Amino acid sequence: MSADGLRVELGRRYRFAASHRLHSDRLSEAENARRYGKCSNPHGHGHNYVVEIGVSGDVDLATGMIVNLADLDGFVEREVLEAFDHRSLNDEVPAFRENVPTTENLCIEIYRRLRAFPKARLERVRVEETNNNSFEYLGDVANEVPIV
Amino acid sequence: MVLLTRKIEFSASHRYDNPALSPEENRRVFGKCNNPYGHGHNYTLEVTVAGEPDPVTGMVVDLSELKKILEREVMQRMDHRHLNVEVPELAGQIPTCENVALVIWKLLEPKITQGKLYRVRLYESADLFADCYRNGVA
Repeated sequence: MSADGLRVELGRRYRFAASHRLHSDRLSEAENARRYGKCSNPHGHGHNYVVEIGVSGDVDLATGMIVNLADLDGFVEREVLEAFDHRSLNDEVPAFRENVPTTENLCIEIYRRLRAFPKARLERVRVEETNNNSFEYLGDVANEVPIV
Repeated sequence: MVLLTRKIEFSASHRYDNPALSPEENRRVFGKCNNPYGHGHNYTLEVTVAGEPDPVTGMVVDLSELKKILEREVMQRMDHRHLNVEVPELAGQIPTCENVALVIWKLLEPKITQGKLYRVRLYESADLFADCYRNGVA
């Protein structure tokens, strides 16, 4: 927040490719097929995901930046991209061993991984699963949505 | 409340360099953005105005008026210019996406009298942008 009452948020987009399968062990095969359709096909499928994050903070007078991009990019690379890129979300991301890797849940998981970023405040995580479907999580520390 | 967004594109050059820092420190902090002769971008600016549609015209804002404001305040000032050298509002500042978005906000807000400026989003590239809001509004 700046003295003139204005707020600036930095937006940054990243990409990763991963496979997933939408399938819940808590549902019958028929129910899985009905709810998830072809997204429940047994061997999974993949997407080129786009992750868009927004971070806010004071603009540093010396650098003109909310956060040094190298620091932000390094953190996202380590915490998210290395863990997700060219992987199976169901098999290789612990949060999705039990939970369905829908893109809603992916937003929440990415938010959880990035909110510890020490140099700016994470405001939002938006994930584009395809050009036509995107999901956004604004975080809610007091009343966080559980992954289901 | 309805939000209306108008998009324009401009091209400009800039360089990140803080004279208070040593050349080595500038290099470390700003990387290749510190290259001495500068570099440029195709900027995309999205200006969002909030308001209620006028009962007669059905419009939140007269788009031709908004286009003129953007032409005068942004295009004429920044398009095909060097932001460090030719834009007085940025004098003494590092022309980052954040600072350029703030300058654009301050230029536009007093000129937009129909509706209220809601958001300025400035893309420096497809993967990097800054959003500016008035606190408490968004």
